[in-house]
Amino acid sequence: MISRDDVGDKAIEVRKLTRTFDDFPALRGIDLEVARGESLVIFGPNGAGKTTLIRVLSTIIRPSSGTVLIDGLNIKEHAEKARRLIGVVSHHPFLYANLSAYENLEFYGRLYDVPDLKTRIGEVTTLVGMTARLHDRVSTFSRGMQQRFAIARALLHRPQIMLLDEPETGLDQQAVALLWEVLRGEAAARRTVVMTTHNLERGLDLASRLLIMSRGKIVFEGGGKSLDLAGLKQAYQDVTAEAGCPQ
Amino acid sequence: MLSRILLALSLVLLVTSLALIFFVVPTERTMGVVQRIFYWHVPLAWNSFLAFFVVFIASVAYLWKRTKNWDILASASAEVGVVFTTLFLISGSIWAKPIWGVWWTWEPRLTTALVLWLIYIAYLLVRAYASSSERGARFAAVVGIVGFLDVPIVFLSITLWRTQHPSAVIFTGGLADPRMILTLVVSIFTFTALYALLLVQRVAFKKGEEDLRRLKRLAESE
Amino acid sequence: MTFWRKVFAITWKDVLSEFRAREIITSVLVFTILVIIIFNFAFGERVEMVAVAPGMLWVTFTFAGVLSLNRSFILEKEDGCFEGLLVSPASRDVIYTGKMLASLVFLLVIEAIALPVFAFLFNLTVLTPEITAITLLATIGFVACGTLFSALATNTKARELVLPILFLPVVVPVIIGAVNASELALSGKSWGDMTGWLGILAAFDVVFLTVAYLVFDYVIEE
Repeated sequence: MISRDDVGDKAIEVRKLTRTFDDFPALRGIDLEVARGESLVIFGPNGAGKTTLIRVLSTIIRPSSGTVLIDGLNIKEHAEKARRLIGVVSHHPFLYANLSAYENLEFYGRLYDVPDLKTRIGEVTTLVGMTARLHDRVSTFSRGMQQRFAIARALLHRPQIMLLDEPETGLDQQAVALLWEVLRGEAAARRTVVMTTHNLERGLDLASRLLIMSRGKIVFEGGGKSLDLAGLKQAYQDVTAEAGCPQ
Repeated sequence: MLSRILLALSLVLLVTSLALIFFVVPTERTMGVVQRIFYWHVPLAWNSFLAFFVVFIASVAYLWKRTKNWDILASASAEVGVVFTTLFLISGSIWAKPIWGVWWTWEPRLTTALVLWLIYIAYLLVRAYASSSERGARFAAVVGIVGFLDVPIVFLSITLWRTQHPSAVIFTGGLADPRMILTLVVSIFTFTALYALLLVQRVAFKKGEEDLRRLKRLAESE
Repeated sequence: MTFWRKVFAITWKDVLSEFRAREIITSVLVFTILVIIIFNFAFGERVEMVAVAPGMLWVTFTFAGVLSLNRSFILEKEDGCFEGLLVSPASRDVIYTGKMLASLVFLLVIEAIALPVFAFLFNLTVLTPEITAITLLATIGFVACGTLFSALATNTKARELVLPILFLPVVVPVIIGAVNASELALSGKSWGDMTGWLGILAAFDVVFLTVAYLVFDYVIEE
C-alpha cells in the first residue's frame, strides 16, 4: 500500500499505457505525470487518442497494458477509491432528462456519499450560476445549461482531479465563456485539471502545461507560460502535418 | 501433426462404428432396425454436452486470463457443439417417426437439447452482433457461462413437466446384449475423436484468421 | 449500509424517471392487454379457459418482460448517463442490483394491473396467495437474468433483437415452472402440489441472481 507521502505531489501518474480496440491501437505507450494543482490541456486532431486517454483516466476503459495511478492508487485494484477523487465532464452531460436538475444532483450525491448534500447542491449550483433553474427538468434545458449542471455534478463530491473531454462541444459562445470562467476558478483553486479541447486559444489561456497528441502518442509537450498562441499554432500544425491529417 | 492423428483415428473409428452398427449388433426386439440410430444418437448428445462443457471452462478462463486463445477455443467448441446438437435433434426425429409416427416428441432429453441448441445459437449470434470482436468475445463468454449453468435447471423443469404430462419415453429397455454396449462405447469414442478433430481444425483456422487480421492491420499502419 | 443506500438511489432514480415519463409501464401495459385480447381471438370460447389461461398469462408476461427490460438500459444509454454511473464509485454490483430492482418494480406494477384485467375478462380467480407467490418468484427470475442480458444487448448492433434471442431460451425453466404452477393453482390445488415447481422457480432465481452478480462487470466494462 502506497501512502500519500510516497506519492508526493503527483495527482496522476501514467506508465507505458496502451489501449487497443480490436486491432486498432488508440493509445500507443503514454507516459504522463500530472502534478497536484496543475492544469494540463491536451490538444490533438480527431482520432489522436485524447478521448480514449480521458476515458482510461476516468476508469471507464480498461488499459490494454501499462499502469495508471490516481493519487497513488492503482485504478486496477482501487477503482472505487480512485473514482471518488475524480470529477468527469464529457460531451454528454450524464443527466437524466426526466428528472429535475436537483434530483439529478441528489442522485449523484448519494452515489458519492456526499455529506450534507442539500447544502452542497446549493453551493455548486451557485457556482455555475444556475440556482433559478435548479428544480426544472433537465429536458427543458438548452445544451449550455445542461453542461453547466454537468460541471456542477462533476464538482459535487469535491474531486481533487477534474477530467474534461472537450467540454465546450455543442455550446454557444456565451456558454463557452461561462464554462471557462468556472474552469479558471477551479484551476485557481489548485484543483488538478486535465482537459482535452480543440480551442487552442482558450486552452492555452487555461493551461499551466500543454500536450499535443497524435496517433496514440504524446508528440509535443510545453509549459503553458513559455508558449504564445502563435508558437502553439505552429507546433500544432507541424504535428498534424506530420501525422498526415487534414487541418 | 495432432490433426493428422485425429483424422486417422476418427476415420478408423467411424468405419469400425458403422461396421458394428450394421453387421455386428443384434436388432433390438421391440423397435426393430431403426433403433440402430441410437448408437450415433446418444454419442452425439454426449459429445455436444462435452463441447458445451469445454465452452463453459474456456469462457471462465477467458474472462479470468483475457487471452485470445481461450476465446478461440470457446467459440470453436461452441460451433462443433451446435453441429452435434443439430445432428442429435435430426437423428432423434428420424428415430421418432417410425416408432411413434411423429417427427417430434417433447421427450425431456430431446427438449433439453432443443433449448440448449437455441442458447448456443444465441451464443454465436451475440458474437456476430457485438460492435467489436473483443466485446463479442466477452459477451459470448458470459453467455457461455450462464447458458451452461442453466442446463440442469432446464432439464429438471422439463423432466418434471413431462412426468406430469406423460408421453412416449424414447428408450426404456436396457442394453440387453454385450454387443450393444460395445457398439455404443465405440461410437462414443468415435464422436469424441471427431469432436477433437473438428475442434483442433477450427482452432487452427481461427488462429490463422487472427494472424491475418493482425498482419493486415500492421500493413495498414506502416 | 452504503451498498443498499446506493442501490436504492439507482432504483429510486429509475422509478422517479418512469413516474414522470410513464414510458415503460404505460406502453408495456397497453401491449400486455392487447396480447391478452388477441389470445382471446385466437382461442375463442371453444376451449376451457382454465386449460389455456396459464399459458396465455405467462406468454404475455414473458413478452412484457422482454419489452420493459429492453428499455431499462436503452434509456440509460441515451444521454450517455450510463457513463455517469460507471465513473461514480458505485460498484458494478450496486449498478446491477439497482437496475434489477427497478425492473422488478416495473414488471410487478404491470402484472398487478394486468392480472385483475385477466381475471375480469376470462372470469378466473387469479388474485390468490398462490398466484401472487408464483408471479413474484417468476418475475424475480425474469429480471435477474434479464438485467444482465439487457445490459449486454445495449452494447450490440441489434440491441432490440439480441435480448429476446438470449432471454427466451434461458428463461424456459421459469416459463415451464410458472405455467404449470399457475395451472395447479387455478384448478384449486394446494401448496403441497406445487412445491416442485416453486422449487424450480426459486432455484432459478438463486442461480441467476448469483451468476449475474458475478459476471455483470464483464458485460458493462470497456
